[in-house]
Amino acid sequence: MSLALTTAPAAPSLLHRLAAGKTLPVLIVLAALLALWYAFTVYLNAPWQVDAYERAGTTWTTADLVRDTMAQERPVMPAPHQVAAEIWKTTAGTRITSKRSLFHHAWVTLSSTLLGFLIGTVLGVLLAVGIVHNRAMDKSVMPWVIASQTIPILAIAPMIIVVLNAIGLSGLLPKALISTYLSFFPVVVGMVKGFRSPEVNQLDLMRTYNASGPQTFWKLRWPSALPYLFTSMKVAVAISLVGAIVGELPTGAVAGLGARLLAGSYYGQTVQIWSALFMAAALAALLVGVIGIGQRLVMARMGEKP
Amino acid sequence: MNANPAISQEMVTPNPTSNVVEARGLGLTFETNDGSVRALSNVDLTVGKGEFVSFIGPSGCGKTTFLRVIADLEQQTEGDIRVNGMTPAEARRSRAYGYVFQAAGLFPWRTIEDNVALPLEIMGYSRAEQRERVHRTLDLVNLAGFEKKFPWQLSGGMQQRASIARALAFDADLLLMDEPFGALDEIVRDHLNEQLLDLWARTQKTICFVTHSIPEAVYLSTRIVVMSPRPGRVTDVIESPLPRERPLDIRETPEFLEIAHRVREGLRAGHSDE
Repeated sequence: MSLALTTAPAAPSLLHRLAAGKTLPVLIVLAALLALWYAFTVYLNAPWQVDAYERAGTTWTTADLVRDTMAQERPVMPAPHQVAAEIWKTTAGTRITSKRSLFHHAWVTLSSTLLGFLIGTVLGVLLAVGIVHNRAMDKSVMPWVIASQTIPILAIAPMIIVVLNAIGLSGLLPKALISTYLSFFPVVVGMVKGFRSPEVNQLDLMRTYNASGPQTFWKLRWPSALPYLFTSMKVAVAISLVGAIVGELPTGAVAGLGARLLAGSYYGQTVQIWSALFMAAALAALLVGVIGIGQRLVMARMGEKP
Repeated sequence: MNANPAISQEMVTPNPTSNVVEARGLGLTFETNDGSVRALSNVDLTVGKGEFVSFIGPSGCGKTTFLRVIADLEQQTEGDIRVNGMTPAEARRSRAYGYVFQAAGLFPWRTIEDNVALPLEIMGYSRAEQRERVHRTLDLVNLAGFEKKFPWQLSGGMQQRASIARALAFDADLLLMDEPFGALDEIVRDHLNEQLLDLWARTQKTICFVTHSIPEAVYLSTRIVVMSPRPGRVTDVIESPLPRERPLDIRETPEFLEIAHRVREGLRAGHSDE
């Protein structure tokens, strides 16, 4: 397809270019999803709407029904444009310092996501180093690491908050630690695999040079593990965000996307819930994207075959 | 540094006071889950300074194991071995040898020059010294101009030459080569064999070379050690009467074919022992 592009004599039409790239397929899928969403909006909101018509004693047509199901204040399923309008209103339409700004809430969640992710990644790498270099740790730590992830985060999150509060820790750190609890896991698993990825020959080679432990680590194991690090960090940052949101739910947090979701569900503000969900998704995409860019830059410097 | 025939001729006979490798009654038994495997049994062998010794034999004859014992990558269970008069562990710690594996094993994230500099970095050479040595050894294996390339940008033969440069960079007198050209096609292999002989003549290293190929062993070596499996042992040691200066077409001469024949006989005899 790129061949067709380069050999085309005149500048191809916009439509042609869209069709040649990924844009058109993506747009078609997006349109299909939106259509499906609208269909569900009408279907799910119709019973309540019909009830309302009957209570008011108005006569209604199908066109009325379709129009009104997409304009309810507390719909079971808000229409896409309602969510879009809410997002627009709470981002572009609100001062960023205001408590009603979605950016403000996103930042609160993002800050604890990033702190938790950072601690989780460092912890994960350190644990992996220990597991790879120490036989006792290899045998004893990994089962606990896996067991830790079988506990539902919703159950343990309040405990973390309560315990840390009791020893005088509150604010950002307890929330971040819930992110850490989730995000260290993929990093440990990925990095253990990464640190063990050098071939026997490569390790033997280091031995023939009489290389020290740290030399073998920094010159062989660490560079071998870097691709694994980036892959695990992508997973880790996404679940860090989940951890931060979940951490906000049981704590009666006043700010953050989690608090926004909780408030929305208390008052039946489904539009608010959906807009918070979309903000969370956008945030996750942004974070994963940033790590992806970092990965590409580092891998290019490490001479990866393009 | 050119190969001087007079000096070379002298070196063919190993000087007993400068033995690089000395094995006496060497044995190695691996304990596996299926019981013990005798990889080496009662190996007596001396490699003199400046020799080019090939180890040839079928799989499981212990030729690679013997090389790995010299390199202290395995430890013998019987007998004694000295490398430069030291135990293999001491020799390894004093960085007495360079090892070339069958796979080039270049680090894919390092450029060719950085790969060759790897042992120099580990051994603490200064930056200037590293640059100078990398330049010199890459020249020696005819890879000048490829310093900034990454391994995947080079052919298999070039990668193997880079790995030889890496083994030469720190000037160890002993070069241990474990089927370095085994994975390459015949034409590339011929070419590299020729270059290896040239390199040997210029650097006057002692080389221990493991191979599967009879022509390769005969073409390269001053001495050929024929080994046989179960248990891995030495069945014949053949001194090569061929001159040090060896054009590729020496392989057509009667002397060459005679040695090749003797090696083949030795291999066959070892095989019929089962």
